[in-house]
Amino acid sequence: MSEPVIVDAKGLSCPQPVLVTQKTIAQMEGGCVEVHVDTVTSRENVARFARKKGWKVVKEDYGDWQKIILTK
Amino acid sequence: MSKVNELLMSRWGPIITGGIVGALAALLVKLGNPGNMGICVACFTRDIAGALGLHHAAVVQYIRPEIAGFILGSFISALIYREYLPRTGSSPLVRFFLGFFAMIGALVFLGCPWRAYLRLSGGDWNAIPGILGLIAGIIIGIFFLWNGYSLGRSYEVKKGSGYIMPLAAVTLIVFLLLAPQFGAGGTGGPVFFSEKGPGAAHAPWIIALGVGLLVGWLAQRSRFCTVGAIRDLVMLKDPHLFNGVLAFIVVAFLVNFALGQFNPGFQGQPVAHTNNLWNFMGMVLSGLCFTLAGGCPGRQFIMSGEGDGDSSIFVLGMLVGAGFAHNFSLASSPNGPGAFGPAATITGIIFCLAVGFLMRERFE
Repeated sequence: MSEPVIVDAKGLSCPQPVLVTQKTIAQMEGGCVEVHVDTVTSRENVARFARKKGWKVVKEDYGDWQKIILTK
Repeated sequence: MSKVNELLMSRWGPIITGGIVGALAALLVKLGNPGNMGICVACFTRDIAGALGLHHAAVVQYIRPEIAGFILGSFISALIYREYLPRTGSSPLVRFFLGFFAMIGALVFLGCPWRAYLRLSGGDWNAIPGILGLIAGIIIGIFFLWNGYSLGRSYEVKKGSGYIMPLAAVTLIVFLLLAPQFGAGGTGGPVFFSEKGPGAAHAPWIIALGVGLLVGWLAQRSRFCTVGAIRDLVMLKDPHLFNGVLAFIVVAFLVNFALGQFNPGFQGQPVAHTNNLWNFMGMVLSGLCFTLAGGCPGRQFIMSGEGDGDSSIFVLGMLVGAGFAHNFSLASSPNGPGAFGPAATITGIIFCLAVGFLMRERFE
């Protein structure tokens, strides 16, 4: 399996984490994307958006930051 | 408790929050808050600015416990659910002036987005041009977001820096209860309370504080945002937050109707004027400011309780903006826009356009 594409959206205000994720997955037909954010709000927003676009979502909580793994 | 939390984090969260806040807002009017102003984040911040002597409009001075409750409710919720995360550094000075001009726009219209929806639910049709202006302002903000607008990243800071806003909220409650009079011979400020006008109309403080705490907790869990609602619907075709605003308007309308507080029309509406152009333009400015700052005024207060230093700066910009609005004849009155309100609104829109065009970034 190829290396995941990393999207670093830490510290960005709403709705930018979703926008940078959107920009990344729009160029991909499938694969694996890791989105890094720092708030649960951003995590949930990115997860909801990705699910709507047909991506499988796994969330990992690292305390002071959050990882969302998107696969398709 | 965890079931309630799960529900608030689900797609039902904004709907439940909107419904409860709408009902409580209408009830607060029954209990003494000004008409169609059960909760108005901008008006209440303006009242606090007056109470602290930052402006001298004698009819709008009161320490609104709802606002302190928002911050503390969010703070407690964020601590319980381990979402307290002090952070700052995303163009704080720009955010200060976005808050400043958001307040100017809101006081030209006479209400923030929360009150715009509440005015609509109470039958004040002057809210319609205001809401259309709000949508227009948000759409201008979306144009900038599509084109790479960003105020840059925030960074984690020391835990202690996030305690400042909750401590400020506690201080406000202490000032409300003790009403200290400083100044020469104890006759001056800093706490001024209106004896007549909207500032003298308020629900019992303990109920208002309780509502504020509850709303702060609910909104922290559900991310209720009255500007993000329209932004996400237009930009991402995502109705998650918008459903909350619909619930807010519908439930507020139903409770207003049941309590005999629904009075449809344009004329004689409480704390409102009938100038459609400046009702519209004021909210264009506010909607644009809130979109560029990432959330509505309520959301900014909620995030300030979570430790977000940038939202706190925005809130302080609103507080100072309220002082300027009344000291320099920018705020409207029921008679219409203030002498310099239109000029300040245009100035604010030019500021926002400059921010939108200049603050662009590419993220790879």
